[in-house]
Amino acid sequence: MTTSIPKPRIRFRGLATNEIGLTRRDYEGAMSTLCAGCGHDSITAAIVRAFWELSIPPHTVAKLSGIGCSSKTPTYFLRDAHGFNSVHGRMPSIATGANAANRNLVLIGVSGDGDSLSIGLGQFCHAIRRNVDMLYILENNGVYGLTKGQFSASADIGSRPKRGEPNRQPPIDPVLLALSLGATFVARSFSGDRDQLVPIIKAGLAHKGFAFIDVISPCVTFNDHEGSTKSYRFTREHKREVVHADLVPLRSEITVDYPEGDTVGVRMHDGTTVRLRKLAPDYDPRDRDAAYAYVRRCQAEGEIATGVLYLDTGAPDMHGIDNTTATPLTELPFESLCPGSGELEKLMAQFR
Amino acid sequence: MRDPFLTRTNDFALKIATVNGTGSASANSLLMQAIFRMGIPVSGKNVFPSNIQGLPTWYEIRVNADGHTARSGEFELLVAMNNATYAGDIEELRPGGWLLFDSSWPLPESIKRDDIQYLGAPLARMCAEAFHGGREKLLMKNIAYVGAIAALINVDLDIIRTLLEEQFGARKKALMESNYRAVALGYDYARANFDCPLPIRLEHMPFRDDLILIDGNTALALGCLYAGATVGAWYPITPATSVMDAFRGFCNQYRKDPETGERRFYIAQAEDELAAAGVVIGASWAGARAFTPTSGPGISLMSEFIGLAYYAEVPAVFLDVQRTGPSTGMPTRTQQGDLLLCAYASHGDTRHICLYPADPGECFTMAVQAFDLAERYQTPVFVLSDLDIGMNDWVCRKFEWDDSYRPDRGKVLDAETLEKMDAFYRYLDTDGDGIAARSLPGVHPRGAYFTRGSGHDRYGRYTEDSDAYRDVMDRIARKVDGAADAVPAPVLRRKDNAKYGFISLGGCDAAVREAQDYLAARGVPVDYMRVRGFPFPASVEEFIRGHERCFVIEQNRDGQLRTLLAIETGIARDDLSSILAYGGMPLSRQQVVDGFLAATGLHDGNGMISAPARNGAGERTTA
Repeated sequence: MTTSIPKPRIRFRGLATNEIGLTRRDYEGAMSTLCAGCGHDSITAAIVRAFWELSIPPHTVAKLSGIGCSSKTPTYFLRDAHGFNSVHGRMPSIATGANAANRNLVLIGVSGDGDSLSIGLGQFCHAIRRNVDMLYILENNGVYGLTKGQFSASADIGSRPKRGEPNRQPPIDPVLLALSLGATFVARSFSGDRDQLVPIIKAGLAHKGFAFIDVISPCVTFNDHEGSTKSYRFTREHKREVVHADLVPLRSEITVDYPEGDTVGVRMHDGTTVRLRKLAPDYDPRDRDAAYAYVRRCQAEGEIATGVLYLDTGAPDMHGIDNTTATPLTELPFESLCPGSGELEKLMAQFR
Repeated sequence: MRDPFLTRTNDFALKIATVNGTGSASANSLLMQAIFRMGIPVSGKNVFPSNIQGLPTWYEIRVNADGHTARSGEFELLVAMNNATYAGDIEELRPGGWLLFDSSWPLPESIKRDDIQYLGAPLARMCAEAFHGGREKLLMKNIAYVGAIAALINVDLDIIRTLLEEQFGARKKALMESNYRAVALGYDYARANFDCPLPIRLEHMPFRDDLILIDGNTALALGCLYAGATVGAWYPITPATSVMDAFRGFCNQYRKDPETGERRFYIAQAEDELAAAGVVIGASWAGARAFTPTSGPGISLMSEFIGLAYYAEVPAVFLDVQRTGPSTGMPTRTQQGDLLLCAYASHGDTRHICLYPADPGECFTMAVQAFDLAERYQTPVFVLSDLDIGMNDWVCRKFEWDDSYRPDRGKVLDAETLEKMDAFYRYLDTDGDGIAARSLPGVHPRGAYFTRGSGHDRYGRYTEDSDAYRDVMDRIARKVDGAADAVPAPVLRRKDNAKYGFISLGGCDAAVREAQDYLAARGVPVDYMRVRGFPFPASVEEFIRGHERCFVIEQNRDGQLRTLLAIETGIARDDLSSILAYGGMPLSRQQVVDGFLAATGLHDGNGMISAPARNGAGERTTA
């Protein structure tokens, strides 16, 4: 038995190469073993594309995850990067340690709503506080998939499971949480909107510090039925037409395929469409309070705000806060770390 | 009535009872350090509450010219500065002993004993007259008792003055002077009113400049510094907190660029112990030497991650400064209660390398060894210190460093090696020692692999296949077995013709050695083996089998070392006798001797043991 099927490495002539001569295939990983149509696979594809477009050498990346469906996905991209599938909800501390040791590593963490908002809520919050230099993607589907469909902490009040009682507890919105904790890059996107997601991932990778992207990624097996607030049907019945703008372009190649002030219909796996709203034209992603209020307002109205919602490029990251030396700690020569026998002898005199 | 003690020079114990948060800790260390400077073997045990201010606290000092400085448990002099604990404190005085109390207030009638000598000194009143301000009066009262004790037992006043000068320096001269004035107040009063010195007294011994006075937590921190650890992660917990305080201090001293202030270290104060363990594992995985200081409750929380590090084969160093459990237990009391926990921490089949330092000297060397072992065997390594070793000052040989030392990084493949390889498989053992080579992230594309705590085969692939799973698990077992020869060997201390054996570890050492000498002097030779590392080397089993009866001496209720020995050697648990002390106080010689006598049926009448009978010999059935 295996849940990881290697893909053959075949070089196709004529495939486009990036600045370092690699094709998109060089950024892929093993075959996905997730359910057919899973939103997570679309996110994986967006990650592959973003890294390829940015010409990041795969082996300079470390991809980290916790436990859950989402946490399986680092296997499916960047096969030439070290991966670490750690324990449930604890990926942020692994990332903190990896970043502490080698600040040159490009860190991408993939987590889920159970991983980040329940068992790992504390670690998620504290990685934000530390402003660990990493891209953190939360693949948010409102349910636990591997244990067969229990609600997660991001499930809305009234949302119905396939079987059993509807959810009665208020959801934790990771975007509001990240904003309130002082996150320096907060975005939301949708797994079905590659054209929006890829630029956001690229922007997140470009960000120095903790770049958080909440990606709504519907679960085709456990949370796409009548009564689920993550299903298209529910969304359609509660949608309100409000005009929004999208993300602030960080790089010239970021393009938006819908005009400002419009809503967009996104095709879901089951053929239905969900509306994601773009942000208002006067939206200022550098105003934390306004961003918070805006997202709250959308939520109250049953809408989902997407895009780069907040950005602070001036805040120091974890190493900046501590004034750690620019050379990764892993590369410091031992002689620069160990004071040696002479200093020990001097030190011993202080203990008499 | 005063029992006429024979003069006991450099061989007695005293206990000081105070209230915490009143400066008594400084006063007590001053006294302890002064005695150390006089060249006399001394130990100080701080018995303190889990509290910031206002609760009872005690400090025990033992001097012994022969170097036996385990906790005494009996006191010739009691300095009672806390009237809330008078009643209990006085009970601990030996008949004929002396009670120094603050006679600013009368002693309650109810606590009178007629077999001790009362020495009342109005320290609070004198300090109230000599100093100003409530806080100063309180602090100086405690410094004043140092003076009174100095007069009573002959502490060198010049040394006290020198120590105060060193402490306060030229910049705080006024403070130094008021401290010394308080010392003099107590000293002069005692000289004028008591028969000084008492029969229990100090006499200078040759000062040995190869000795230092240091606590185990500082020593652990120094070991981490010298081992080249660059990442430390922790969550504050008594009694381990001062490890990271000290590490930070040393790093600021030695690893900070004098011009830019740039740091060659990173310390993460984590949100909890789970995260601390995660940071250590993440940093070690990325190639740094990383550690976390903690105590039992922290190990409990870290257990999930410990299993990950074991199974995914990531080096990680855990410094467990043990305290009294279970649960919150008694956070400011000592115990050796985490022996089993650390040996097999986490769910599933796990087994971990453990090191057991007996004093600050070994805390220093074993901290360094822990990193070498963790990297060589790519696995968690635990250093099990305890509160007594960690937080009390110990006299030990000054630390030495061999400049030729280089970290043992184990099998780590660099870019050049990876470039030449056809393929790299993370969990493939190519030379039969059970250790597969690892690669670090960011080095070379060929080194890439997927680290996971889920089932994996020798090629690093996810698996749910029985054979592939067992293949890796069996190799890891072999690998950890191999560490038995790499951990520090047991220390043997033999006596001629011994049929009994003592087996102990860690902070029990001083008391066990003293008990061994005590028994030998009374005609009962006992061999002593102190285990220093786990998995146990073969010599541990040989020692047990080579003795008619072995006593396992440890500081926990359930005989955890005994259980560990039984599990690991196959010797029946009941074939080993236990001598246990688990009330939270450091072990004393008397506890060992009493336990031994009770178990053997030997007697210690009038201080002499009767001819050893063959009691108990027939009970032994060797497996």
